[in-house]
Amino acid sequence: MRELKIVDALNEALHQGMEQNDKIIVLGEDVGKEGGVFRVTTGLQKKFGVERSVDTPLSEGGIIGSAIGLSINGFFPVCEIQFDGFIWPGFDHIINHVCRFRTRTRGRLTTPMVIRVPFGGGIHALEHHSESMEAVFSHIPGINVVIPSDPFSAKGLLLGALESKDPTIFLEPKKIYRAIKQEVPEEYYTIPLNKARIEREGSQVTIISYGAMLRETKKALAEFIKTNPIDFELIDLVSLSPIDYDTVIASAKKTGRILIVNEEPRTAGLAAEIAAVIQEKCLFDLQAPVIRVTGFDTIMPLLKNEDYYIPGIKRITKGLNQVLA
Amino acid sequence: MKIMTKLNQEILQKFPIFDAWNPTEPTMFQVMDHNGEIVNSEYANTITDQEAVAVYEWMLKIRIADEKCVNMQRQGRMGTYPSVLGQEACQIGAVYNQQKSDWLVPTFRESGMIWYKGIPLEKVMLYWIGNEKGSEYAEDINVLPVAITVGGHLPHATGIGWAERLKNGNNITVCSFSDGATSEGDFHSALNFAAVFNAKTVFFCQNNHYAISTHRDMQTKSKTIAEKAFAYGMPGVQVDGNDIFALIAVMKEANQLARDHNIPTLVEAVTYRIGDHTTSDNSKLYREDGEVEDWKPKDPLIRLRAYLFKKGLITDTQEQEMKDKAKEYVEATVKTALETKDPNIDDMFKYLLSESYPALEEQRLQLIEEFTNNQ
Repeated sequence: MRELKIVDALNEALHQGMEQNDKIIVLGEDVGKEGGVFRVTTGLQKKFGVERSVDTPLSEGGIIGSAIGLSINGFFPVCEIQFDGFIWPGFDHIINHVCRFRTRTRGRLTTPMVIRVPFGGGIHALEHHSESMEAVFSHIPGINVVIPSDPFSAKGLLLGALESKDPTIFLEPKKIYRAIKQEVPEEYYTIPLNKARIEREGSQVTIISYGAMLRETKKALAEFIKTNPIDFELIDLVSLSPIDYDTVIASAKKTGRILIVNEEPRTAGLAAEIAAVIQEKCLFDLQAPVIRVTGFDTIMPLLKNEDYYIPGIKRITKGLNQVLA
Repeated sequence: MKIMTKLNQEILQKFPIFDAWNPTEPTMFQVMDHNGEIVNSEYANTITDQEAVAVYEWMLKIRIADEKCVNMQRQGRMGTYPSVLGQEACQIGAVYNQQKSDWLVPTFRESGMIWYKGIPLEKVMLYWIGNEKGSEYAEDINVLPVAITVGGHLPHATGIGWAERLKNGNNITVCSFSDGATSEGDFHSALNFAAVFNAKTVFFCQNNHYAISTHRDMQTKSKTIAEKAFAYGMPGVQVDGNDIFALIAVMKEANQLARDHNIPTLVEAVTYRIGDHTTSDNSKLYREDGEVEDWKPKDPLIRLRAYLFKKGLITDTQEQEMKDKAKEYVEATVKTALETKDPNIDDMFKYLLSESYPALEEQRLQLIEEFTNNQ
């Protein structure tokens, strides 16, 4: 089987999704002629025309706001937000409208759409290009939030989101857009949006991560087990809203030790939420406190100091030592 | 207008009101002055005499229902309510020419408009009572729920009108909002996107002079709101919003521009909010009684009434009959609305997503248990 990078897998998913469903429209800044700043939408305009791969004026509020109308009136918009830090002018539409129309009309008008967002740090970009604000999105009722961690999940999840009757925030770990090559089936396939994936089964400790941090975690574990041969369970969370607690809690009960690794600011984050639910559901199965390895409650530094913010092998290894103590 | 593109110029020639309107020397389009005299005979017969009587009856109905809603709030039988007092002509004019399948994307001060468009008054009342069954509209009526966030709904109307053009559909979208909304960024993105993507959308701004306490003159330095259209390469017109004949004439052109030519427009209807912002507001804190008194003679009902009486189209007795009938209907509707059962307590979970998930279902059961045990 041929190998693809995440960008190519996402691009293939968009091509196949748009072939399958002629109501799908891709819209965003520079997505048409240029194919997006990360090239995820390359070739779509050539193949599907300017009405289905739309270069919009520069306005996230306009993109997401008009996508709501497009969706209500029969289309399936796929909004591309150029960088995570640029989503906020459109955030009002996400939190006040995208997630609410189904409730506000008692199921009559719905707004299925995908909002794609290159997500997280690690590419040494400018300010406002590297934040991890997943908890903000996961906090919103009425919208799904997912993040792939490799090319296979990127394609399947995006096609899954394109079939969903509900709106999806689709976070794309930009650090690993081109870092991983993996065998990806050529045919159309979907991955459920609300299921975590057990990457490795184990009995002594559970490590939960997602997106680009899953790769860092795997690197840290590969080093760690050389000197500490532990039987670890590794969970790719995949769905950040809703969280697949069936998988998380079953694993917590089994191992009694939980480490959560992500790159968000720590306070009121997703890791805190998962830790809270674990202690509610299985406190007496735990043999150690739930440990969080995260970014800091600071502004993401400029590129020279970016790597001090994002958890690396050192911080993850320290977390492993803590949770196993 | 020379400001418009060549293509628009050629099309606009067929739409004399929009074609004539000049943003550098703006005038308010009017057909009937506030004494009910026709001042623009070209448009005197935009609607028939019989239709004018029917419109007057609707204005009476809207005023009576609106008054009732304010009273219900005072009696503690309704939540906060925004009165449409003084804006009855706009309530009808915005959607008068619409076909049934056309879209309406309303702001919150539109009780009359959505009722006239076809949402039963009972639903309107239920919504302001706080019963979510008021948001349950029939499947075949293209009206969005009222927008409480000011200006946020404008891009939605752009998207609906854009989608309609992509579908080669025939429906147009009317989006209603007030002068305050024009200061929001969403006003800009909505009009800009609508023009760029040729959305079949009419932006209908009721300049009622107030956003709560803030006067229209504090919202914008522009002489008119209508002239803002020209910055987007879009036709615009300022119209007397208390003159139903002028409104209908303008909206006829605006709708046809959207429907037949995919040209969005901005209509500024100049009116006045006679009532408080909502029942929670006290407008005496920020505006002089004199100002309100100056506007009262320009009332849309007074002038249409004067016109109808002058032409002998209606008698006192007939008018009284209309009022009695409206009151009777409104009272009966209030009764039905108040007797309507509250939604199920777990409805908040029911419509959140297309399907529930375990953690949400756990919360729903918690709610049910909490209130079952209390009984």
